Amino acid sequence: MSKLNVAILGSGNIGTDLLFKTLHSPLLTCAYFIGRNLASPGIMRASSMGIRVSDRSVEAILQEPDCCDLIFDATSARDHRYHWSLLEPLGKRVIDLTPAKVGTLCIPAINMRECLACANVNMVSCGGQTSIPLAYVLGQIHPVIDYIEVVSSIASRSAGLATRINLDEYIETTEDGLRHFSGCRHVKAILNLNPAEPCINMQTTISAKIASPRLGELTAAVQAMVNTIQSYVPGYELIVPPLIDMQRVVMMVRVRGRGDYLPAYAGNLDIINCAAIAMAEAYARESMADLTTAERMSDVHATNPH
Amino acid sequence: MPPILISDSTLRDGNHAVAHQLTAPQIAQYARCADAARVPIVEVGHGNGLGASSLQVGESALTDHEQLRIAREQLSHVKLGVHIIPGFATINKDLAPALALGVDVVRVASHCTEADITQRHIDYTRSQGKEVYGVLMMSHMAPREILVEQALKMESYGAEGVVIMDSAGAYLPVDVAERISALVAALRIPIGFHAHNNLGMSIANSLTAVEHGATIIDGSARGFGAGAGNAQLEVLVAVLMRMGYATGIDHYKLLEAADLAERELIPSLPTISSLSIVSGLAGVFSGFTKHVVRIAQTYQVDPRDVFFELGRRKVVAGQEDIIIEVADTLAKQRKDPA
Repeated sequence: MSKLNVAILGSGNIGTDLLFKTLHSPLLTCAYFIGRNLASPGIMRASSMGIRVSDRSVEAILQEPDCCDLIFDATSARDHRYHWSLLEPLGKRVIDLTPAKVGTLCIPAINMRECLACANVNMVSCGGQTSIPLAYVLGQIHPVIDYIEVVSSIASRSAGLATRINLDEYIETTEDGLRHFSGCRHVKAILNLNPAEPCINMQTTISAKIASPRLGELTAAVQAMVNTIQSYVPGYELIVPPLIDMQRVVMMVRVRGRGDYLPAYAGNLDIINCAAIAMAEAYARESMADLTTAERMSDVHATNPH
Repeated sequence: MPPILISDSTLRDGNHAVAHQLTAPQIAQYARCADAARVPIVEVGHGNGLGASSLQVGESALTDHEQLRIAREQLSHVKLGVHIIPGFATINKDLAPALALGVDVVRVASHCTEADITQRHIDYTRSQGKEVYGVLMMSHMAPREILVEQALKMESYGAEGVVIMDSAGAYLPVDVAERISALVAALRIPIGFHAHNNLGMSIANSLTAVEHGATIIDGSARGFGAGAGNAQLEVLVAVLMRMGYATGIDHYKLLEAADLAERELIPSLPTISSLSIVSGLAGVFSGFTKHVVRIAQTYQVDPRDVFFELGRRKVVAGQEDIIIEVADTLAKQRKDPA
């Protein structure tokens, strides 16, 4: 069975962890690992594993558009907007891990099918991948929600310089995603960095103000959603099931990473990459299904002399 | 002796003591008195600063906008200040509107090891021509070398001073002395100190800071602030006067402001409760107290155990949601002592 060829744009922590996850995938092959500096740790690592590398950023793909079917963009929001202006005319599918929000907001547990039809999908944010599915469940069960608040605490070591500089964008992107998928207009996202050693796992609390919460129904639906997420994020765990505290619904999850390239405590980075891989694998399955259909069609033509 | 710049946290840290429920008349009355007393900076807002009104740390009775507008109307001789923590507040949603309302001084705060998240907020404030300070919260959790490294980052971003906060009231004077000395030696900009009184050290620690070169000190009327409260402002200024430090404050008027605060703002005067002592010993943020008391009662666990467990986990300010999980865990352990 042939695999889907992917290129990874961006050789930082996210890009390198994506490379490891791609290598573990039965449906994906990393055809090209692209950064800006051949001496960067990510590029050196990829190169040592026999992966084809380039330091020419998006130019590498423009020069050889057939090198891949799908591109992960793990650079920055500003770079992504530029990359997309060049990649869109080539008809490439792009999974965007930056907060650029050019494409359709993508949470695999919620809208994978819708995203299959989109050339550019945006993976929202790490906190978004963690909390939005649960906010979505809240919105599915309660027609009216007054307010949703999401607080994530992550290990300081898991927040690189780009995350730190882009904290405002993280908050705004996560809030946009929460509003979009829950239908609740009044939302707030908060992020804490905790430097404790040993490093803490990512932990996220979702609170909501709901006039008449349906706790029994919610608990079952939350558990079902957690099971779905666990199918692509094994370290996703509900540590406090929905409860009522001070007339508000509260639940808490912890995300432990798979420890592919990044350490296991960096569940915040792991989850957005797991979600991106889940989406890429869905594309891969779809394009293989198309291929199979096309092959069957050509078989029909081959055996039919008319 | 250098003059000491006093920043008054009554209308900001004091908000912690009343679950962020300060009212419009309270803010107006105190701001008017502080203006009359010429307290150089009057901080106003939610206890955790701009954009912090939330289920996580408590919802304010008034919006940031309302609080700042009310205070602004009363302040004509002194500066209006805000506290802001990146991660809670953003430039677009919170800081830019606050500056548009006439805020003069912005104190951009982070946990003591995370100064790089303050870069954009400091930079933005400078670009708008306003006065900006860096604040390192929970500073007892980092050794002096780390504090110096973090404070130097804030200096490089354009901060005009760096204030370290003893957010848990955990310091003894010897701790303050070594940290302030190191900071004063390493930085070119003024250094400040913000005390909490959990171990009864707030005035002593503030004086120690001044004696080791700090030139910015925070205080609150009657100590009105989170947990056991802050350095009691009118005492602090009196002691500084006795020692010959200039603050530019009219002490008679300051005493009147403190009397008004006691009468109009403070439902019960700050005291070092048993739980405040535990919070100081555990090194947990003073602002957690009200949440810990409530949640410990719900889960029928000892609030002291909750504090010590939070301390063991090294939680930072803003992680109030962990209290529920800790109380839940302690309750389960009690049921199932395996």
